[in-house]
Amino acid sequence: MSDLIRLTAADLAQKLAAKEVSAVEVTTAHLARIDQVDTAVHAFLHVDREGALASAKAIDERRVNGEVLPVLAGVPLGLKDIVATKGVPTTCGSKILEGWKPPYDATVTTKLREAGIIILGKTNMDEFAMGSSTEHSAYGTTHNPWDLSRIPGGSGGGSSACIAAFEAPLAIGTDTGGSIRQPAAVTGTVGVKPTYGGVSRYGIVALASSLDQVGPCGRNVLDTALLHSVIAGYDPMDSTSINSPVPDVVAAAKLGDIKGMTIGVVKEISGEGFQTGVKQRFEEAVALLESLGANVVEVSCPNFPYALAAYYLILPSECSSNLAKFDGMRFGLRAGDDGNHSVEQVMSLTRAAGFGAEVTRRIILGTYALSAGYYDAYYGQAQKVRTLIAQDFAKAFAQVDVLISPTAPTTAFKIGEKLDDPLAMYLNDVATIPLNLAGLPGMSLPIGLAPEDGLPVGLQIMAPAMADDRLYNVGAALERALLSQWGAPLLSNAPELAGA
Amino acid sequence: MAEKVMPFDEAITKFDPVIGLEVHVELGTKTKMFCGCSTEFGAAPNTHVCPVCLGLPGALPALNEIGVESAIRIGLALNCQIATWCRFARKNYFYPDMPKNFQTSQYDEPICFEGFLDVEVDTDEGRRTFRIDIERAHMEEDTGKNSHMGGATGRIHGADYSLVDYNRAGIPLIEIVTKPIEGVGKYAPEVAKAYVAALRDILRNLGVSDVKMEQGSLRCDVNLSLRDTPESELGTRSETKNVNSLRSVERSVRYEITRQAARLTDGQRVVQETRHWHEDTGVTTSGRSKSDAEDYRYFPEPDLLPIAPDTAWVEKLRSELPENPAIRRSRLAAEWDISDFDMQTLVNSDALDLVEASIAAGVDSAAARKWWTGELARLANEQEVELSALAITHQHLVDIEQLISTGALNDKLARQAIEGVLAGEGSIAEVVAKRSLAVVSDDGPLLAAIDEALAADPSIAEKIQSGKLAAAGAVVGAVMKATRGQADAARVRELLFERLGVSE
Amino acid sequence: MSAISRDDVSHLAKLARIEIPETELDHYAAQLGAILDAVDQIASAPTDGVPAMSHPVPMTNVFRADVPAESLSAPEALSGAPAVEDDRFRVPRILDEE
Repeated sequence: MSDLIRLTAADLAQKLAAKEVSAVEVTTAHLARIDQVDTAVHAFLHVDREGALASAKAIDERRVNGEVLPVLAGVPLGLKDIVATKGVPTTCGSKILEGWKPPYDATVTTKLREAGIIILGKTNMDEFAMGSSTEHSAYGTTHNPWDLSRIPGGSGGGSSACIAAFEAPLAIGTDTGGSIRQPAAVTGTVGVKPTYGGVSRYGIVALASSLDQVGPCGRNVLDTALLHSVIAGYDPMDSTSINSPVPDVVAAAKLGDIKGMTIGVVKEISGEGFQTGVKQRFEEAVALLESLGANVVEVSCPNFPYALAAYYLILPSECSSNLAKFDGMRFGLRAGDDGNHSVEQVMSLTRAAGFGAEVTRRIILGTYALSAGYYDAYYGQAQKVRTLIAQDFAKAFAQVDVLISPTAPTTAFKIGEKLDDPLAMYLNDVATIPLNLAGLPGMSLPIGLAPEDGLPVGLQIMAPAMADDRLYNVGAALERALLSQWGAPLLSNAPELAGA
Repeated sequence: MAEKVMPFDEAITKFDPVIGLEVHVELGTKTKMFCGCSTEFGAAPNTHVCPVCLGLPGALPALNEIGVESAIRIGLALNCQIATWCRFARKNYFYPDMPKNFQTSQYDEPICFEGFLDVEVDTDEGRRTFRIDIERAHMEEDTGKNSHMGGATGRIHGADYSLVDYNRAGIPLIEIVTKPIEGVGKYAPEVAKAYVAALRDILRNLGVSDVKMEQGSLRCDVNLSLRDTPESELGTRSETKNVNSLRSVERSVRYEITRQAARLTDGQRVVQETRHWHEDTGVTTSGRSKSDAEDYRYFPEPDLLPIAPDTAWVEKLRSELPENPAIRRSRLAAEWDISDFDMQTLVNSDALDLVEASIAAGVDSAAARKWWTGELARLANEQEVELSALAITHQHLVDIEQLISTGALNDKLARQAIEGVLAGEGSIAEVVAKRSLAVVSDDGPLLAAIDEALAADPSIAEKIQSGKLAAAGAVVGAVMKATRGQADAARVRELLFERLGVSE
Repeated sequence: MSAISRDDVSHLAKLARIEIPETELDHYAAQLGAILDAVDQIASAPTDGVPAMSHPVPMTNVFRADVPAESLSAPEALSGAPAVEDDRFRVPRILDEE
């Protein structure tokens, strides 16, 4: 039974299809794992035991009746708590939404259900996806399964941790500045941010509308590709959704052939100032890619140094507007309604009580950046820098097929280490942010452990718009080569979790 | 406490008024601007809502095609330029009737701009045309509806709490803004009213809205400022809301001129503020101070893509525009050779389209007008239906007029025929046959009835013979009654005078 | 350009409808000042003649047909509401006339 949790999603899918194991058995095994380890890891904010078992039972019945089910039917998954799930609590890691049960499903949720995927529960995150460590969750931080005293990354630490802790083989995250990729890097898992518009944002609580994207997380490239192909696709409910066929990411993940490809290392985010072990593993990966037949060159994206500043002007601006709806009038927390306070006061008291410090900070910053007299210098200027970043990418992709960099500057830092220094926290995103500004797809996959601390290091692959399949092709090639070097997946080195 | 006012005539000699009008039109689309919820009026509270128009976390807008089309058509009808590329913008402010606490609107990229509308106003020099320049027309969405509870008047002041219904939230609005309207002098109130009336006309004609001011599908905000002379700089303006009828438009402009003139003459400054019009008392009262106005922090709406109407689409819409109603009226008045006053009567009784159609079907123009503004209007009123809902067709009128022209029916009998048709007795011919409606063409029965009437009142004969011809009316009336209206009144009169040896 | 005072923070908090206690205004001012210093470098980016990017996807004219879709029922719409009366959202008294 406990072996079930160690299987990949692809393997589970195969066994389920062959009726070697039932969906209920698979779900039960993973729920048991959650019971065992989640007190320590705290990846989940809500476990939907009843719902998951009911879905599993229904899948089994359909299979018994001879129905041919979608590939991933019966495979369990953790869903970041920013995704609306009808009748199931959706908190976005915030007190202001404590207990809120949406009256509707996000499009992604519907797609998961239609694919027969078993949603085990909602995973932890930095409040309203603002953060790089999950420490800003109003419900306590998630702990990195590699070292419980360390952060799992953020904002989607819960999703990556639940995979790394074998609580589920698959997870869904969202990525606005690196919130899928950076947690993937520091937990030794795979995470992908699809092309902006590639996956529907309908039902995903908005942080920065022009940057947010939903994406798949898994323990390996193929699992991630299988999930990617389930959730991607045009949705008329999302006006920014791209009406084109989804790139064949699964075929690419099975291919893994990079002979003759040109790969660019981005000079400006290639390790200058990064942790030594991170740089080292990255350089080794570069050498490996070359040995696989790729031509690796250095490219310069001279405007990338402005990306962080642009991001920390655009994101707060858009989120200050997106979070205005949380005012205690129609849903969520209401504070201070004692019959004496006016509606203005109740709104202010509610938001003060419901929002944490980081959220408040960014809302105030965003309000400032958009205000009369400051718009041109801040938000306006940042939007122009976006164009510069997009132009840098365009020029680079004229020379290369994909770009690479280390995903994050450091391995997982200690819980509490950067909490008091917002700026230090923001620097975690320096390599991941440019992709969000340009709306391009990116993947992080594990390339080893840093020698100095034995913690996972991730490599980021970047591709042009709608070329998500290139990520999976390069990722699969690298993963295969690394696997043959290591002899076993990286995660098999993760310590046994207490209670297991 | 009532504010001081200066008599209008005096105010207008001392100051030059400049007006600005902002009109919001609620579009009559089937669904809301950004979601598929119904826009039908009168639904139970919060039953025409969804995650999008309720502003629930995670929801996203999807733009109504007919909303965009209507905006372009309105712009074209107002002689505007249509943007080749524009975006929506978020107007950020907090209010309980705002589900997202921002309104999705347009800021510096309106879809229509630089237009004009000519309006006619009666002046001392006769009918004068004023060209009202239109700054812009842009798309936005309506808010929910607050009901204030616990207070005495249902107004905000003194209310304990409010109840919000979001059925209206998200209904498409087009905001039309004029440039400052200058050079109107003492005709400012009339020009303002004429503009709103003309605008309403055009919008109704386009079929984009039912433009009912009393129901809120057409809303008007009136801006007014005074300056010493037309060459002076613009003065501080006030904005007046709650202007719910054409009459209110005129009256509120007039009032604001008198109020601001009094203040300025007293050496006080006009406060830049939002005021509230009270139709019952005929005054404006102070509302929110505009200088405290929110910083709306506009930025382009990231959830909606830019709108770039191509020339082909715009020109197709332009070619399909209905004729400008004012121009149509002038054309028809000339064709039918009727006065402006008579044309206005037709318009006021909602009879214009019907008359035009009857004429097209073959009815004489004067007859068509007579029927639709006369007997048919009366019947519609009686039945409490719209004139166009009356079960009388243009063919009915053609048939009736045909019978009248041959003398087979007179006016009174024609009305009986119509009554029969409405009672479901069949076509004109069938009713005429069934009820034996026919003008009595045989003089015999007429003479008999005349003699009876004269015998009943001998004084009449005397009066007529002594020159009081008007007395004949009583005899004609009696004969008509006796013949159940089937006599030809003119013939009766003729026979009567013959009988008495009197000439007309 | 980047100095932000406690009065600024207080004004912004009002605009954003978040009550920030007096005792925390300086702390926020300092933190925000530091962030603004860091992002100030954006002023030196070579943006002359560069258009602003509001949407990463180069699409236009994305429309929806004017066809009714299913709405929520009133109970569903009101399901998360902190206060409900007469099938409407009950909200505290509004001071300011709109």
